Amino acid sequence: MNNKDIVLEAVNLSKQVSSPEGILTIVHEVSFQLYAGESVAIVGASGAGKSTLLALLAGLDIPTSGRVYLAGEDLTQLDEDGRARLRAERVGFVFQSFHLVPALTALENVMLPLELAGRTEAHNGAREALERVGLQSRTSHYPSQLSGGEQQRVAIARAFVSRPAVLFADEPTGNLDSVTGKRIADLLFDLNATAQTTIVLVSHDHVIAARCKRLMIMEAGQLVVTN
Amino acid sequence: MLRHAIPLAIRLLSREWKSGELGVLLMALTIAVGALTGVGFLVNRITQSVKFQANEVLAADLRIEAADRLNEKYLQEAKQRNLVSAATTTVFSVVFREDLSQLTNVRAVSAGYPLRGTLGVATEAFAAPTKVHDVPSQGEVWPDSKLLSALQAKVGDQLSIGATTFKITRILISRPDQGGGFGELAPTLLMNINDLSSTQLIQPGSRASYAFLFAGEQKRIKNFKKWLSAQGKRSERIRDVSDASPQIKSAIDRSAKFLSLASLVAILLSSIAVAMSARRYVIRHLDSVALMKTLGATRAFILTVSMTQLFLVGIAATIIGSILGFLTQQWLLYTLKDLLRADLPAADFLPFWLGFITAVVVLLGFALPHLLQLARVPAMRVLRRDIGEGTSYNWLAFGPAIFTIIFLVYWIAQDTRLFIGFIIGLSIFLIILGLAGVLLVRVVSSFRSAVGISWRYGLANLSRRRNESIIQIISFGLGIMVLLLLGVVRGDLLADWQRSLPINTPNYFFINIPTSEHEEFLTYLKDRGATSSRALPMLRARLIKLNGREVTGLKFTDPRGENFARREQNITWQADLGLDNQLLEGRWWDKEDQGLSLVSVASEFQEAMDLKLGDSMSFDVGGEIFVAKISSFRKIKWDSFQPNFFLVFAPGLLDETAGTWMTSAYFNPANGRVITDLVRRFPSVSVFDLGELLAQVRTVIDKAIFAVQSVFLFTLFAGLVVLLAAIQSTGDQRRYESAMLRTLGASRSVVSRGILAEFATLGMLSGLLAAMGASLAAWLLAQQILQIKYSFNPSVWLIGLVGGGVLVGLSGWLATRSVLQQPPASLLTLNGRH
Repeated sequence: MNNKDIVLEAVNLSKQVSSPEGILTIVHEVSFQLYAGESVAIVGASGAGKSTLLALLAGLDIPTSGRVYLAGEDLTQLDEDGRARLRAERVGFVFQSFHLVPALTALENVMLPLELAGRTEAHNGAREALERVGLQSRTSHYPSQLSGGEQQRVAIARAFVSRPAVLFADEPTGNLDSVTGKRIADLLFDLNATAQTTIVLVSHDHVIAARCKRLMIMEAGQLVVTN
Repeated sequence: MLRHAIPLAIRLLSREWKSGELGVLLMALTIAVGALTGVGFLVNRITQSVKFQANEVLAADLRIEAADRLNEKYLQEAKQRNLVSAATTTVFSVVFREDLSQLTNVRAVSAGYPLRGTLGVATEAFAAPTKVHDVPSQGEVWPDSKLLSALQAKVGDQLSIGATTFKITRILISRPDQGGGFGELAPTLLMNINDLSSTQLIQPGSRASYAFLFAGEQKRIKNFKKWLSAQGKRSERIRDVSDASPQIKSAIDRSAKFLSLASLVAILLSSIAVAMSARRYVIRHLDSVALMKTLGATRAFILTVSMTQLFLVGIAATIIGSILGFLTQQWLLYTLKDLLRADLPAADFLPFWLGFITAVVVLLGFALPHLLQLARVPAMRVLRRDIGEGTSYNWLAFGPAIFTIIFLVYWIAQDTRLFIGFIIGLSIFLIILGLAGVLLVRVVSSFRSAVGISWRYGLANLSRRRNESIIQIISFGLGIMVLLLLGVVRGDLLADWQRSLPINTPNYFFINIPTSEHEEFLTYLKDRGATSSRALPMLRARLIKLNGREVTGLKFTDPRGENFARREQNITWQADLGLDNQLLEGRWWDKEDQGLSLVSVASEFQEAMDLKLGDSMSFDVGGEIFVAKISSFRKIKWDSFQPNFFLVFAPGLLDETAGTWMTSAYFNPANGRVITDLVRRFPSVSVFDLGELLAQVRTVIDKAIFAVQSVFLFTLFAGLVVLLAAIQSTGDQRRYESAMLRTLGASRSVVSRGILAEFATLGMLSGLLAAMGASLAAWLLAQQILQIKYSFNPSVWLIGLVGGGVLVGLSGWLATRSVLQQPPASLLTLNGRH
């Protein structure tokens, strides 16, 4: 693979926060590169810095030092709105607690990233995405009317609808039972294969982590194993 | 991206509306708009009605007066402008009946007079009047009761005026333009203007005064006044409602101030509810906004969504609130139809705009700062929910709110003194409420160890949410304070106000009482059952110099100043400052000042001539020159209907100067016979009947009281919405905690009693503060606005304490009760993220 195919790159990424005990280093000198269509699982114990790393990679937070290149753009050089715009165009998210907007229907939730990216085909695109996750009959339902599994499927449809370059998934099956969890994982990897989207997955679940092509293990803010 | 923001905002709004999220916000805003538009419409209509009444005092909407003949082109111009007009000429002349004669104010009037108000006539002197809409026909005259008594005449007799003889056909009892001053104290006789030339009364050098009266549609009158002012000569005096009698003006001013303050309280309370519900709205939307940011929404997008929602809520509140205000006003008009004139102009759209501006201003000041915080929520919140909660009541949120309050107060009060007073009062009141809240929460917390589990839970909640508890105590306190003001104090205040114009308020003034007879006159009054007020000496004086400079050479910016400088003044001397006089500046004299050249000046005179303490004023009193130093300024309460003078001298200085006395007294209005006898017994005394004017002032006060009561309804609703918003603002947290407690094994009744304990304590604390506030506010209202004495009512404290506890306790308990009926698990799942 050449440099053109690198969609996400971390260079000496560090994050420190001040606390009553002094300066805490949550992420320390993390560097890696991810290529188009790859899937990577970041695993580690609670407090190892996985979620912070994910936030830094997605531009939700800014590093104390180091750089993040997402789809060729240096996130650390962009302001908050710049990072938001880049996320709208190139990034998808799936969260443990689904994070659907309770006031919007399933269809409207899926339309949201397309509308934020300023795309015109929001309605049709969202309907197709819901069809792909098998929820074509629940388009007008509100999140409170859907089960946990259905809500996560809506979240996955929403994550893939804008055909992002990178999809960040934070414990996507953490709030689901094992059977539903497996179905959600299948869906995620099927779409990954079809859309050639790079997946960055943070999880405690070794089964789902094992399905990723690459595995990174974090301990005390550092990547100790990466393949 | 932004083009999607508005449809998204509308979608979110409609969904939130369905789920009841926006209910309280919209309700609060609607009440604010309703209060303002309702009051706007009402004040507009009532002011117009009162103005019409004041116009009746002028007998017209506009009049021009002069000592020389007025130019006929004024009448032609008025006709062209579709205004109705009438003319009057007044000349002092002696009227004869056989061998009796009396110096009389002969008033010749044209058909149509009076243009506003009506003439009251009777067939006997001092009898109850019948209203008529015509004027004496040619060859006929209508003398007033005083003239009739002086000439011992009756209907059907002949009177000689100048070169002609006229027949008495009616007795003039009242005419609308008799009030306002004491310049026309001689008896009056009404005749037809077409007879005037035949009397040959008007000769070169004769003392006559001429007036043209005009009436018509307001705007036309306004334009015509401009035209007249441009044409008019310096010697011509143009008068409209703004020159109405001080009694009427004083009543209008009080009503308008009271109404404005009442609406302002409603708006301020609604604003608190708006701020509270906006804050809750923001807290509930932190997660959604963080998510939208994660998905790529920029700050501009979030702001556009928030602003669109705010704008739409504002529009909805304006429409609903204006309709509410309009309906209230229609209902009030219906109820007031006997008091208000039927031909008032239709309501215009101005109050709708005022309502919209209010909605926008309240939203900008109270809701926008909270919503702006949404744009600052970090996207990172999707992963870490502990960040981005910074939506406490911070200074950023308070700044625009404070500015808004100041703006609203100024806009509504339109009176610098009232504005400053209200702002300072409100600030002090809020600071006291806040400090008392802190203290009370602390005291209450110390009881935790002494009470059972439910109360401990309730009290613990109070002190844990200390800041919120204090804010709630202040809001509940304000709400309950208004309820107390409305329910308890208002009754006292209004009774006091009505008492300020009691039934035995003087209805007759007696002037020209000779000094030699004044003791005897007062005894005569007393013996005939009259309640007389103070008697004061009265002298005519002309101001000739001010600080050594001739007044004729001085220029006054205030036209009243010119008037005061030009006209002869009635002056008096007096040892005591009456209860109806308030010293504004300087000091009142004591025994040691007896005989010193000191003068106390009324505020109207001071303002018109721009006088300062220590200024010297030279007066010509019957050819003798007196120079006096201004030692004090007084504010006169004109509606006391007691003898009052712009200029009062220290006793001992003018005592030897020839003058007369005046007094006022209350007579049973039907007792006309006594007045007739009195006029015969004391022929030189002039009797001035105030009955008509007094009735007008009473009507104005009655109207104002009704309007104020109606406006306070809005305040009551606003207070209730604050209660609702406050309960709703902590509702989610409370629900979650209740579920947690029940999960841990607390019974429903323990949790329920805990909630009740918390709200009841909050209510009692608020009630205490409210009683304090209500007593203070009532005292201030009585002192500053109504200028009456207020007697404190101790039951306010008991009602505040018990009522607050019950009202807030029950409301809070009812609002959160539904939570207890759901299984705790579902609450933890649904509301775990509050």
